[in-house]
Amino acid sequence: MLKVLLSRLGQAALVMLVVSALSFVMFRYVGDPVASMSRENASAEEKAELRRSLGLDQPVVVQYGCFLENTLSGNLGISYRNQRPVTQLIAERLPATLELVFVATVLSLALGIPLGVLCALKPNGAAARLVQALSLIGISTPTFVTGIVLILVFAVSLGWLPSFGRGQVVDLGWWSTGLLTLSGLKALILPGITLALYQLTLIMRLVRAEMIDVLSSDYIRFAKARGLPKRYIHFHLALRNALMPVITVTGLQIGSLIAFAIVTETVFQWPGMGLLFIQAVSFVDIPVMAAYLLFVGLLFVLINTVVDILYAVVDPRLRARSA
Amino acid sequence: MKTLASSPRHTSPSLITRIGAPISVMIAALLALVIVGCALMASWIAPYDPTDLASFELINAELPPAFTAEGDSHFLLGTDNQGRDLLSAMLYGARVSIAIGGGAVFVAATLGVILGLLAGYFGGKVDAVIMRVADVILSFPTILLALLVSGIARALFPGAATAQWAPVILICAIAIHEWVQYARTVRAATMVETAKDYVRAAKVIGLPPGRIMLRHILPNVMSPVLVIATINLAAAVLTEATLSFLGVGMPPTYPSLGTLIRIGNEFVFSGIWWIALFPALTLVILVLAVNIVGDWLRDRFNPKLRVKR
Repeated sequence: MLKVLLSRLGQAALVMLVVSALSFVMFRYVGDPVASMSRENASAEEKAELRRSLGLDQPVVVQYGCFLENTLSGNLGISYRNQRPVTQLIAERLPATLELVFVATVLSLALGIPLGVLCALKPNGAAARLVQALSLIGISTPTFVTGIVLILVFAVSLGWLPSFGRGQVVDLGWWSTGLLTLSGLKALILPGITLALYQLTLIMRLVRAEMIDVLSSDYIRFAKARGLPKRYIHFHLALRNALMPVITVTGLQIGSLIAFAIVTETVFQWPGMGLLFIQAVSFVDIPVMAAYLLFVGLLFVLINTVVDILYAVVDPRLRARSA
Repeated sequence: MKTLASSPRHTSPSLITRIGAPISVMIAALLALVIVGCALMASWIAPYDPTDLASFELINAELPPAFTAEGDSHFLLGTDNQGRDLLSAMLYGARVSIAIGGGAVFVAATLGVILGLLAGYFGGKVDAVIMRVADVILSFPTILLALLVSGIARALFPGAATAQWAPVILICAIAIHEWVQYARTVRAATMVETAKDYVRAAKVIGLPPGRIMLRHILPNVMSPVLVIATINLAAAVLTEATLSFLGVGMPPTYPSLGTLIRIGNEFVFSGIWWIALFPALTLVILVLAVNIVGDWLRDRFNPKLRVKR
């Protein structure tokens, strides 16, 4: 068991090292920070001075060492664009993204599970066929198109909902929330739906497949033979077991959703980490880009490692295979 | 095995019934072919050349489609913010999207098949290394890896070169994630084939491993690859569109469908809906059609992957 734990953690550390090397490479070689920070007609001496103050005149290995050291102590540098610590920028944007991801996850579960069950219980019914057809359209429609169409209909034509921003937010210590004001909640609806649709199809298909699997198992057949009511069999006995993998996948997908929120945030000008990242890309604001990649990378590695270890704890077969 | 035996392939003689596709799949295939065909012939059928910047007239900018009241009959689907004919831009844009999507699928499939063959044939350390890399790549979403690759590529080709190399960068950015699927499938199939007598016989008569893999094993593991490729084509076109929409894909001077939607998105609020909507519609129809055909192919040729009904 200890061996599995160590090998998983070692693997996680290795991945993080690779991710950090990649973000350093970006840090160091993408664009010219001096050119983007200095005035249009800065003299050569001014530029050289700036270069020195940023530590860009040191050898690459030394720079990478510095980068790692700084990163581990939580110092991710200062944004070239707005001259503020990157850690602070990300901390400010984090609540917006997490709230969006939370709303999207809740929405996709609330819709995906019933729809998946529906498709599993009556696979050849008209409703199930309609849902299946719609899910194919859902897979084929990119998130940004969904977002644009929603904006066109609900914001531009009908004027019911805001099309950008978070509305009014309430500060709870360092966390700013849009869940407590009416305008904040209204602002969450369209981006929440857009991001949820990306997740919805996946959850629906998964629930359907798991449900069909479980429904054909022995204990369900015995339950039917005992004459238990259908509702009890479907929702109490079958659905509970079908939901196990759904919970795992939903957990694993959270990292994916945070990364994918980049697109939704761009469409709705949602002031989250994704928008911060994309703005950083267009302004070649490397510290922000590198920090974002490190942060999301860390999140991914954390989630994956925890799930892997939990699986190894639960399932001895996996322990034997990976050790 | 039951599904294989009862499939129409073995019973019906004529070509149409042998394909045995339901009418919806036929329509989807036809739609996909029409869009791909129009895109390929863009330089002949497009009314204007959307890459010729000198031909744009700003006075024509943001004209609505011809069928609306204020439309100009010269521009069937209206014009974009620079006075570029939208229909022409879309035809060329679809060509760019399809070329990049296809290119990415080709690169990913080639890489995945080669690595999958190596992993499955040699096993041991080779297998462990390749599959571990695959695991790591698979734990990140496509979009993040693609953004990372295009970020690094911007470093290698700074300034104007970024625009010039954009298609190549995009193909690599998408393929770096997609090859894993091919590698896993091919690896599993190769392991099965390697244990069979004909491969053992080939080894015994002293054929070199490269020849065994390419001439003997490869033909037997190819059919799932083609199925995955079809499904992946839709995904690759979507990823390209997403990257272009985010502004790290094709430049506005040589737009793909995603770039056009990005341009259009800036004008949605002023009620100029057509610049975003028509390319988006084309994109969705294209991807939907390819997805329908891909789903059907998967069910048809790979009963193992079939979702239980």
